[in-house]
Amino acid sequence: MRHLISPEDLSFEELNTLLDLANDIAHDPKKYSNCCHGKKIATLFYEPSTRTRLSFEAAMLNMGGSVLGFSSADSSSASKGESVADTIRVVSCYADICAMRHPKEGAPYVASINSRIPVINAGDGGHNHPTQTLTDLLTIKSLHGSLENITIGCCGDLKFGRTVHSLIHAMVQFPNVKFVFIAPDELKIPTYLKEEVLDPHGIEYKEVKSLEDVMPELDVLYMTRVQKERFFNEEDYIRLKDSYILDTEKMKLAKEDMLVLHPLPRVNEISVEVDNDPRAAYFKQVQFGVYARMALIMTLLGVEKPE
Amino acid sequence: MLNIGGLNEGIVLDHIHAGGAMEIYNYLNLEKLDCSVAIIKNAKSNKMGRKDIIKIDQLIDIDFNMLAVLEPNMTINYIKNGERVEKKQLALPEKIYGIIKCKNPRCITSIEQELPHRFKLTNREKAIYRCEYCEQSFKNKK
Repeated sequence: MRHLISPEDLSFEELNTLLDLANDIAHDPKKYSNCCHGKKIATLFYEPSTRTRLSFEAAMLNMGGSVLGFSSADSSSASKGESVADTIRVVSCYADICAMRHPKEGAPYVASINSRIPVINAGDGGHNHPTQTLTDLLTIKSLHGSLENITIGCCGDLKFGRTVHSLIHAMVQFPNVKFVFIAPDELKIPTYLKEEVLDPHGIEYKEVKSLEDVMPELDVLYMTRVQKERFFNEEDYIRLKDSYILDTEKMKLAKEDMLVLHPLPRVNEISVEVDNDPRAAYFKQVQFGVYARMALIMTLLGVEKPE
Repeated sequence: MLNIGGLNEGIVLDHIHAGGAMEIYNYLNLEKLDCSVAIIKNAKSNKMGRKDIIKIDQLIDIDFNMLAVLEPNMTINYIKNGERVEKKQLALPEKIYGIIKCKNPRCITSIEQELPHRFKLTNREKAIYRCEYCEQSFKNKK
């Protein structure tokens, strides 16, 4: 039984195969409109995440499958005290595959070891969100053309931002990838990521505080939100929040084909005037998210690629 | 120095950090043994300044390696006929079950009490263990 709990559950070859399949889906979604007919996905969302849940449901519906599930813990047996292990044993009887979102880290892993159907981690606390990573990789591969020989700037909250951590884990496998980390001291990339992931792979990276200085070098700018609650005092937050807002002035410094990605929701870290810039890829990213999830569901269910 | 009789046959757990003996005593459930068990606290040590020692007056068959995460410097000395016949350093096991607990308040183990606490070794050089569920590293306070 295959599951996707962490981005590392996929080998480099499997990841590439999956991205190729997703790319094929993106080019001809109609070809896949009936390939999961008769299959059901259970979306077990213990905390609300409308966007991710709808993306999974749209993915299954796009392939002719059906969906069932719940969208908050209040409407599930968890409110009666049922364990994750028991819930998944029951759901295994109802559905062919499941996507689980849970506020507690490791809950989808617990589900996977007790499940008879493939489990997809749809986000567990601040831990993993592997389908967001697949989405990011597919967006970069499709719009930039390759995941190799690329300089990625990560900006904002790099300390707690799980999407950035997962992206780093995945990208270090590709040749000649460089990172530029743009963050205030309070939100710098954790040391363990440097020591356990970047250094062992010999990845070139630098840490800077100014977004303007590095804009011209970047092929991809991955923006994240600087959250007020991450700061010890409001003074620091007010001092720093505006330095990491992407606006048209900063975009003038960037390459003509640089991509701007963001896991969304955006608050004010990308000014709305940037939305009309052709390099703004964050809404296209949402569409690629559906294709990535379609490819993943097909792969885990063992569904053949339609002719 | 306090004088405690030597063992004829048994095990001496040496080089436990000062104050750590009771924790080891509890993990090993030594209170269930019928034989004599001596806990020596704050003994003088050239290497450690102060240390704790546990003397068990019986040879027992336990995998002490599980304790490496708590007491990386602890040595196991096997005594037979009043003589030390073997001295072992602890080796870090790949997995640890039930010895340490995940302290991450966001971990699933914080709300599902029946889940066993399981850790895997992710960096042997630095003795870093991570929770199998949430991957938070275990921080040894010593």
